[in-house]
Amino acid sequence: MEFSEEVREFLIESNENLGVLDCEIVELEKSPADEQLIASVFRTIHTIKGTCGFFGFEILGSITHVAENILGQVREKQRPLTPELVSLILQTVDVVKLVLGNIEDRGEEGEDVYQDLRRRLDDAFHFRSGAGSPAPTVSAEELALPERADFETQGADLGPPPAEGVSGSSAHDFEEEQVGPAQTFEAKEGKEPASTVGANSASGAAGSTIRVDVMLLDKLMNLVGELVLARNQILQGSTSQNGAASSGAAQRLNLITSELQEGVMRTRMQPIGVVWNKLPRVVRDLASEVGKQIEIQMEGAETELDKTIIEAIKDPLTHIVRNSCDHGIEKPDARLNKGKKAAGTILLRAYHEGGHVNIEISDDGAGIDPERVKRKAIEKGLIRAEQASGLSEWEALRLIFLPGFSTAEKVTSISGRGVGMDVVKTNIEKIGGAVDIFNRPNAGSTVKIKIPLTLAIIPGLIVNLNTARMQGGVRVKREDRFVIPQANLLELVRLEGAEDRKQIESIQGTEAYRRRGKLLPLTYLSRVLGLPPVEPENDVLNIVVLQAEDTAFGLVVDGVSDTQEIVVKALGKQLKALDCYVGATIMGDGKIALILDVPGLGRLANILSQSLERSRAEAKTTEPANDQRQTLLLFSAGRFSRLVVPLSMVARLEEFASAKVQYAAGLPVLHYRDAILPLVSVGAMLDRGSLDTAMERESLPVIVFSEGNRHVGLVVDEIQDIVEEVVSVKRASSSFGLLGSGVVGGKITDFIDLGALLKAAIGDHPDSFSSRASVTTSLLIADPSKITRGVLRAYLEMGGHRVFEASTLEDALEVLARNRVATVIAAATLKDGIGADLLDAIRGREKLASIPVLGFLEEDGNPQSASPKGNRFDGAVSRDDREGLLRTIESLAGEGARHSNELATAGSAR
Amino acid sequence: MTIGSPVAGQLDETRQYSTFRVADMFMGIELTQVQELLRYQEMTSVPLAPKAIEGLINLRGQIVTALDVRRILGLPPIESEDKLPMNIVIQSEGGPVSLLVDEICDVLDVPLEAPTPLPENMPALHRELIEGVYQLDSGLLLILDTHRVLDTSAN
Repeated sequence: MEFSEEVREFLIESNENLGVLDCEIVELEKSPADEQLIASVFRTIHTIKGTCGFFGFEILGSITHVAENILGQVREKQRPLTPELVSLILQTVDVVKLVLGNIEDRGEEGEDVYQDLRRRLDDAFHFRSGAGSPAPTVSAEELALPERADFETQGADLGPPPAEGVSGSSAHDFEEEQVGPAQTFEAKEGKEPASTVGANSASGAAGSTIRVDVMLLDKLMNLVGELVLARNQILQGSTSQNGAASSGAAQRLNLITSELQEGVMRTRMQPIGVVWNKLPRVVRDLASEVGKQIEIQMEGAETELDKTIIEAIKDPLTHIVRNSCDHGIEKPDARLNKGKKAAGTILLRAYHEGGHVNIEISDDGAGIDPERVKRKAIEKGLIRAEQASGLSEWEALRLIFLPGFSTAEKVTSISGRGVGMDVVKTNIEKIGGAVDIFNRPNAGSTVKIKIPLTLAIIPGLIVNLNTARMQGGVRVKREDRFVIPQANLLELVRLEGAEDRKQIESIQGTEAYRRRGKLLPLTYLSRVLGLPPVEPENDVLNIVVLQAEDTAFGLVVDGVSDTQEIVVKALGKQLKALDCYVGATIMGDGKIALILDVPGLGRLANILSQSLERSRAEAKTTEPANDQRQTLLLFSAGRFSRLVVPLSMVARLEEFASAKVQYAAGLPVLHYRDAILPLVSVGAMLDRGSLDTAMERESLPVIVFSEGNRHVGLVVDEIQDIVEEVVSVKRASSSFGLLGSGVVGGKITDFIDLGALLKAAIGDHPDSFSSRASVTTSLLIADPSKITRGVLRAYLEMGGHRVFEASTLEDALEVLARNRVATVIAAATLKDGIGADLLDAIRGREKLASIPVLGFLEEDGNPQSASPKGNRFDGAVSRDDREGLLRTIESLAGEGARHSNELATAGSAR
Repeated sequence: MTIGSPVAGQLDETRQYSTFRVADMFMGIELTQVQELLRYQEMTSVPLAPKAIEGLINLRGQIVTALDVRRILGLPPIESEDKLPMNIVIQSEGGPVSLLVDEICDVLDVPLEAPTPLPENMPALHRELIEGVYQLDSGLLLILDTHRVLDTSAN
């Protein structure tokens, strides 16, 4: 029975694919250079071929295999796609359809009368003369023959031809292939009756299931939601009036609606086991084919996923499992030599985590050799040798996701030829997921698929918040509901009365709850969400203890309702940027409740970043000194009462009469020192959408920033003070125009991101910065302090340079690997090492070695000394000397250009 | 709401606009973009959301973001207490979005000719969000650039 179901699925799928294939091939003939199209056709044929292997459909398998080979040559650009080839492939498709028809009708492939097609395919593959030339008689004959074939006798005829067909003409190329079909053929012999029975019952079973358009299910689901709403209204009405009769009817309506709702929801949800259940057989067949012993284990098969997601991950999962069987798990004797069990294990795990569904496919095989992966990638021309040397192990592993990559030394019918992993990646990313690969040399590898839960149903805790809103001038109290994903929930604590409240400690305004001897940081949901506080009605404190990113924290809410299974719906594009919500759901009463993103909330409340910093501090005994003494200009603008910018960047402070402001292209400007000074209202920039009243006052305090003869003026509300402080950014900001916040003069103060503000201003005033610096270059600033980076970025971007940032050695190397960087400026200390290490790393890499590396002058004013390996910095720059920095960079950039020219000449001479 | 209808016989050369009022402005959106018109719907507010976003409405099981057109245009909120905004649900790339307006008016046939550009003295914000102006017998019809409105509302 299982077999019949699989065959039926294979037929449905193949027929769908073939429908597309016809169009694609015809399209391909028109634009033969379209690589995506070639890849797509190749994949379709590959999928059919691959599946045929499992069911032992040799005729299909042998024909599609050669067709795939030819398409492979086209894909590798070894041959052009001639019209003759296209006809040949179309003929192959016709034959495939015919054979599929036979399988559908009779449960078997029919007589193998396709020798001629196969011969022509083989000829074409080997570039033999006359290959691909149309043979009009053949198609007619071939297509007609099976119609009158006596299929009663075919069971016996099935055996030899395919093997001949494959090996006879191209024994050399298909040595390993021969083993495959022959074995599966034996397997098939035994199953022949089952197959026939299966197919017969398939036609019967076709009546019991139908394929339904998912769109239709979506629509049904929405309609059921509406029905629930209407039901609720009727229920309310029936309890208030009328007699028992209508209340009885309402009760029935209630029950039926609930069941209908559940039923419709269930039509869309499927346990992942639906897909997994097919894998043991796949693994078994593969294992016997390649002479390995493989067990498959599953955890979390009941994890439910939306139908569309299930569909989308089906093929990727199969590919990954096949790869594990073929490349991952070693042969039994090799395993025994390594001291492992003879039988390898593939473990499938599925679980919910942080608003995602994770699926892991692990094997305990040989793992992946990053060096081999690199070599292969170089061989295949996917990367250059010098690129490979700069790759980290993780980056090297990720090469296997590139199209056209395959580590299989031999091309087998199982894992194919590298279509696998790139298809896996594309398919997963199509549904908004991510694939990652982890490696344990000699202990196996794990592929982790992370799928967003957008569509999935999750259990969630409903919490309430009393809020007050101004509505029509009146303060209206209301109760807002939010959903917390159960996955993040640890426990609920309810504190009643003054006695219980004593368990709350307050440290400098930050509250913490003493929970079993440990302090649990507390945060108020209303404060995090910026809602006006409402006096609690009673002396009760509800704490929801949450867990995110290995940190527990308490969230204080006004009320806790119950847990419910909720359907997660995505928020609109306008709200995507908010990291405090994962989505929204529609509650039983038809109202909408937002689903909280617990990690996002923790970051907003300052809890997660802080604890990350703490754990980092614990991990490293010497935390680098990120803090420096800086002179800061303190000012206010709009909603922001305390903003600072480093004074070193400010050219002048001015006060202009607003009557002097003129408008150019609708934007405010001033005539200033024979130049046009574009004005930017800081308040309005930071708080987009707010009413900009800054220009309406009589006099405007303006902070002027200059670069050469170009100026930008930031209009603020009031310039307050100049302070000298040792500052550290306590919390990085995600809002536009702010670097983060820290404590200045004992109060929380926001650091403006001058770079971003000026960039936005320049964007608004396109003409003002039209005269770019003479030499522009790209730079990498490696410094642990976000402020330093932000400030320098602003300097340098004003000077027309492109700036990358990194806080760690690792980040820096990654930036360098991905981007062309002309100059690197490194701090003495980085979060995960010292600047000198970065210098050594750069000098140690062939393609980076020529990049000049500057060191920052550290606080003692001394340049950084040479690195442990004796490499020297190309110069030293001060964080404060802006002009000097620009001069140094521009002179280096000039040298660099000369240098690279020399290199290029040297290269061509070689 | 009656507006001078275009000259008879030119009906095939007109475009239909769904019109509405926001403060003292008479505005229109091309009818093909409009999915449906709804009276006031209960909304769930979204804390920390961009200012233009008034809340979320449940449109037959679909969650639709409601944008306050007054706020987008930098206008003060509705003064009258019992005046509730109405919804014009438009289709966008990211699914339906509702625009909250003061009052929904008729669907008008407007002659298919290029709208006049905006007067220079209009506020910059309005000039950015309004595509053009049609001079009708009864007054000016301002055509709202929905793409711009949706783009700016995310900030």
